[in-house]
Amino acid sequence: MRLNVNGKTHEIDADPRTPLLYVLREDLQLNAAKFGCGLGQCGACTVLVDGEAVFSCVTPIVLLANKQVVTLEGLGSIDNPAPIQRAFMAEQAAQCGYCIAGMMMRAQALLQKNPHAADAEIRAALQPNLCRCGTHMRILRAVRRAAQTMQLAQAGAPR
Amino acid sequence: MSAPVILSRRRALAGSGALILSFAALPPALAQNAQPRNGGTPASAAPPLPGDLKKSPLLDSWIRIDANGAITVFTGKAELGQGIKTAFLQIAAEQLEVNLDQLTLVTADTGRTPNEGFTAGSHSLQDSGTAIMNAAAQVRQILLEQAAQRAGVPAEQMKTENAAVVAPDGRRFGYGELVSGEILHVRAAPKSPLKDPQAYRVMNHSIGRVDIPAKVTGGAAYVQDMRLPGMVHGRIVRPPSYGAKLASIDAAAVEKMPGVLKVVRDGNFLGVIAEREFLAIEAMRALAAAARWQETAKLPDANKLPDMLMGLPAQDITVLDNRQPGAGGGKALEATYSRPYLVHGSIGPSCAVAHLDNGALTVWTHTQGVFPDRDAIADMLRMPKEQVRCIHVEGSGCYGHNGADDAAADAALLARALPGRPVRVQWMREQEHAWEPFGPAMVVKVKATLDAGGSIADWDYAVWSNSHSGRPGPAGALLAARDLEEPFAPPPPKPLPMPEGGGDRNSVPLYQLPSAHVIYHFLPTMPLRVSALRALGAPMNIFAIESFMDELAAEAGADPVEFRLKHLKDGRAREVISTAADRFGWAARPRSAGSRPSGRGYGFAFARYKNLAAYCALACEVDVEHHTGRARMVRAVAAVDAGQVVNPDGLANPIEGGILQSMSWTLFESVTFDQSRITSVDWATYPALRFSAVPDAMEVHIINRPGLPFLGAGEAGQGPSAAALGNAIADATGRRLRDLPLSRERIRTALAS
Repeated sequence: MRLNVNGKTHEIDADPRTPLLYVLREDLQLNAAKFGCGLGQCGACTVLVDGEAVFSCVTPIVLLANKQVVTLEGLGSIDNPAPIQRAFMAEQAAQCGYCIAGMMMRAQALLQKNPHAADAEIRAALQPNLCRCGTHMRILRAVRRAAQTMQLAQAGAPR
Repeated sequence: MSAPVILSRRRALAGSGALILSFAALPPALAQNAQPRNGGTPASAAPPLPGDLKKSPLLDSWIRIDANGAITVFTGKAELGQGIKTAFLQIAAEQLEVNLDQLTLVTADTGRTPNEGFTAGSHSLQDSGTAIMNAAAQVRQILLEQAAQRAGVPAEQMKTENAAVVAPDGRRFGYGELVSGEILHVRAAPKSPLKDPQAYRVMNHSIGRVDIPAKVTGGAAYVQDMRLPGMVHGRIVRPPSYGAKLASIDAAAVEKMPGVLKVVRDGNFLGVIAEREFLAIEAMRALAAAARWQETAKLPDANKLPDMLMGLPAQDITVLDNRQPGAGGGKALEATYSRPYLVHGSIGPSCAVAHLDNGALTVWTHTQGVFPDRDAIADMLRMPKEQVRCIHVEGSGCYGHNGADDAAADAALLARALPGRPVRVQWMREQEHAWEPFGPAMVVKVKATLDAGGSIADWDYAVWSNSHSGRPGPAGALLAARDLEEPFAPPPPKPLPMPEGGGDRNSVPLYQLPSAHVIYHFLPTMPLRVSALRALGAPMNIFAIESFMDELAAEAGADPVEFRLKHLKDGRAREVISTAADRFGWAARPRSAGSRPSGRGYGFAFARYKNLAAYCALACEVDVEHHTGRARMVRAVAAVDAGQVVNPDGLANPIEGGILQSMSWTLFESVTFDQSRITSVDWATYPALRFSAVPDAMEVHIINRPGLPFLGAGEAGQGPSAAALGNAIADATGRRLRDLPLSRERIRTALAS
């Protein structure tokens, strides 16, 4: 089937029941979305589907025809990082970092819709995602920092 | 940028420069005999070498410089998410007078690096950081002297900068051109010309961690991200309970699944290899459905853990006995504290890649100890050690002995069954939760008396615990090895010796106690599989001691902070306590119920980790919801003294993390089980900290001690966090809870009583 990931259409030869996560990691060799639980309980596999944060570990690819999938790799790169990536670097918001890509995608989904999200909204949005290293304070700081950048970008954008 | 580096030993040696004429990571006995060229005193007469130079005394075990100027730093320690890569690079760059980006760092690899045992116990900076710092300073001095000779100028007039030695007339000698023959293949000296901390330009600076850019942009950063040419995927079918026997399995249907390469059975060990990952998972599920197991496990009553533990046969170890006759006539207090079994619960389940190629096995693993893991795997496969190489590649956060070594063994067994193809194995969530070695459940009983002046007169402390180390070395430590047709028995559990200890870690208070007795009831019988969880027995002992200090302070009518200071002489301990108290505003906190919001409470705790590593004090504020029993840490302020600071932000990060991780243990976590099986097998059945429980604010204040030894800090926050929370909840509710976790149900029940 055809799958649109990070703006490119890919011809995927996999069982339609295959969860998106395995197609991203194996067929497309993308690293950011991670296997954490396979149950939609931890958020390490979070990606965007049509702008909404979803658990790629429990989303079969058959549901994704004609939808836009965006992974962390699709936001920016190490040489040209997106606001959310710059913010996580600036706040040093990672310890082991295994949960972080999922955290960033969950935050990205929120901030794309509402860059003015209040602290309580940020916390509520991140509730599905687990971090075991205890990096939460830094993750919150990084999301608030990214929000400020995205607010400025929005204010500067032509109406 | 921190993609796993895959080099064969041969290539590593062939591709490097002048210095690697012989392999520097000699076994200790051999290294002792190495020709001393650096002053020439025999090893036995010399004072001990700093840090892990004791184990690997040759300078080029740690630092190598190629003729082209490339500088490589070696450590036997592993990056576990604690940020040590960056810290080691800072230390080496500072002492060598080079820039960070001029250095390459090679971490734990049995083929290339010194053997530094396990990366555990907050030892990395103390052992490896100290070794690298001293080796780098000595290498710099050797280069400086070499350049002085060439320039015909006294060494004192030469200086080093930017990877070169510079003469007074401006002539520059690049490090690469100064290195010839084996001038760095020498024993380290006991003393090093270390830089004056006042002149530091790299150390004590908050340099961004070198691993973070790749981790936040989707770079290959973990063993889970490895993709070797021809790599296939394996999954294991684990038994339903401890010791279950595989009675029968009809694997024919699974073997016929297109893309399935092999079903591997060896006794009770059952695994499958497939071309694609999701297929391997589906094949694993089909195999699991076809397997018939004979279960024999009998687990204890989960509701009576403390009684169960205290009823097990014990080996009694006296940790401290300076009881004074006649002490303890005053007011006596007594209390019992307990904690349940805990999982490490890394977000990414354990993973490894193994490749058997021409009779040599390579295993990429996130183990804490590549050398002991290598020994165990070689032992299990009955291969010579020389034929097995373990290379550390980062995994998901490591909080002690989790499933990493077991997954490495699983991958090794599957790779043996499919020579020539690299096999990647990752555990499923339920396997990680049920089969990793847990942090042991523990019980503490403590009694003390106060004298007429409100000081502690007598202290009597007993702790019950299983071993806190079931780590590899022997093959029987590996889960799979126990399941083989010719099984390996688990090694007999042993208590870890003090001063660091295991279940008795931090069981001796740092406080001045005129008469004290501390006993460790070590429990060899292990109803559940247990091993090292971050900080071992320290968090429980600190929770018990620091809770009890508050109970004694209340009895004495003293402020908790003043009561602690009254019993402390150690100046550094006093300073972290007063710093945390001042920055928190402890003295000005609202004390009476009428002056504070309903449900608010304030707690304080202190410990020096292992009584020999970093000092940490913590004050916190909690909010307890009366009708639900839900407790939330609202604000926390910590003060830490870890000796000479290498990277202030890099130190604050794991301290913050330790506080939050321990808060999760303390409020939410507990392994559950029925009569035969573990029943906490995912994040629904084993709840942990989520964002709704995260504090509003947290501060970490660092007290730098220029020039003093590094004090391990990676696990310093856990104990104080648990205890300060318990104390704050007691302050908020007027009820003292002594059994962990301090769950909603327990708090609600206590409030209703």
